[in-house]
Amino acid sequence: MGIEQTNPRDLPVTSNADTSLTFLTTKVDFVVNWARRNSLWPMPFGTACCAIEMMASAASNFDLARFGMERMSFSPRQADVLICAGRVPYKLAPVLRRTWDQMMQPKWVISMGACASSGGVFDTYSMVQGIDTIVPVDVYVPGCPPRPEGLIYGLMMIQEKIRNESLADHDNLRREDPEGAGKPKADAEEVRALTGAFGNSTQQDKLSTLAQTARPGRFKDELE
Amino acid sequence: MEAEADEMDGLASVLERHFELAVLGAEIQCGDQQVLSIKSEMNLGVLDWLKNSEEYAYDLLLDVTAVDYGRENKFQVVYQLWSIQKKRLLRIKCPLAEEKLEIDSVTSLWGSANWLEREVFDLFGVQFVGHPDLRRILMPKNYSEGHPLRKDFPLRGRYSREKQTEIALDQSYEDYYRPEQLRGVDD
Repeated sequence: MGIEQTNPRDLPVTSNADTSLTFLTTKVDFVVNWARRNSLWPMPFGTACCAIEMMASAASNFDLARFGMERMSFSPRQADVLICAGRVPYKLAPVLRRTWDQMMQPKWVISMGACASSGGVFDTYSMVQGIDTIVPVDVYVPGCPPRPEGLIYGLMMIQEKIRNESLADHDNLRREDPEGAGKPKADAEEVRALTGAFGNSTQQDKLSTLAQTARPGRFKDELE
Repeated sequence: MEAEADEMDGLASVLERHFELAVLGAEIQCGDQQVLSIKSEMNLGVLDWLKNSEEYAYDLLLDVTAVDYGRENKFQVVYQLWSIQKKRLLRIKCPLAEEKLEIDSVTSLWGSANWLEREVFDLFGVQFVGHPDLRRILMPKNYSEGHPLRKDFPLRGRYSREKQTEIALDQSYEDYYRPEQLRGVDD
């Protein structure tokens, strides 16, 4: 068919300028959140088998690119959402922290899988018991490992979270608290009440078992 | 099986002739695995001889590891040798005295022993005398809770989780990288 030359005289002439759409009114929150939630660039922090599922999510069968934000950002400085997929040992904790520190606001964190969320089965001397003791987490995706649908659902939850954000709450939402890292957000009483007989990641003076056992010997923080 | 047992006894008696009172025991495990127990003070001499003897020529060090048996004289350092020429395996065990967790380093015989001995030091706390660079290899540099693979080490470590996290976040990059590797990181 080729390119057709259009004579300007053939264009419809609008006599009434008001009918042409030149502006619209909306809320700043809506526009900003709309832009943010549809251009989330993930920063993959894959350390174990969860990373394989993350790659599967990005591959053609599950197609993370359906949101139009397929761009995995391998530089934290150009990323919006950190996906921590896999177990994190204490030796890696400062790396995770620094990666998060290098990301620019606004930023969100997905903790993918049991190990990243709670330490999983690795309740040992070398493992971080949940990355929320290192960086603030927005969405926890359960599973061992989670299926790609799970991760995609987690991303959609982040989108939903962003949709409900407001610029008026900026100071609170974008606050960074380096001092808070490694400390439980709830006070000791609340943690004890919630975890009951089972012990938890930050106060492990109880065994994770229903059997009645003697209190396991925990050494003091200062070695004699 | 018979042949291996004879071979084992032969090696034990030859070693007995070269190194008086060095051999503590000799047995066959798992079908054809020859296991020799020797005195830990003589490990360097015996391994040197096994490596360089023409008849045995155990010239490849496959592994250096250690075992904590949790009872008397509980620590044993284990060397796994392979003779490329003779296609033979040999395991050498050296029980350590409880009060003195020390053994001579074999880095002078095999360069590959360097990191393996560092790993044993890191996880069991065995001192390798004469090692050129004996420091932790797996655990963080500022790890201060002891040696985690020992039987008396609590599974979750000695400190509270809070303190462990705090120490972990205290690590610095200079601990793991040389200055030229870090160039440009903070720019």
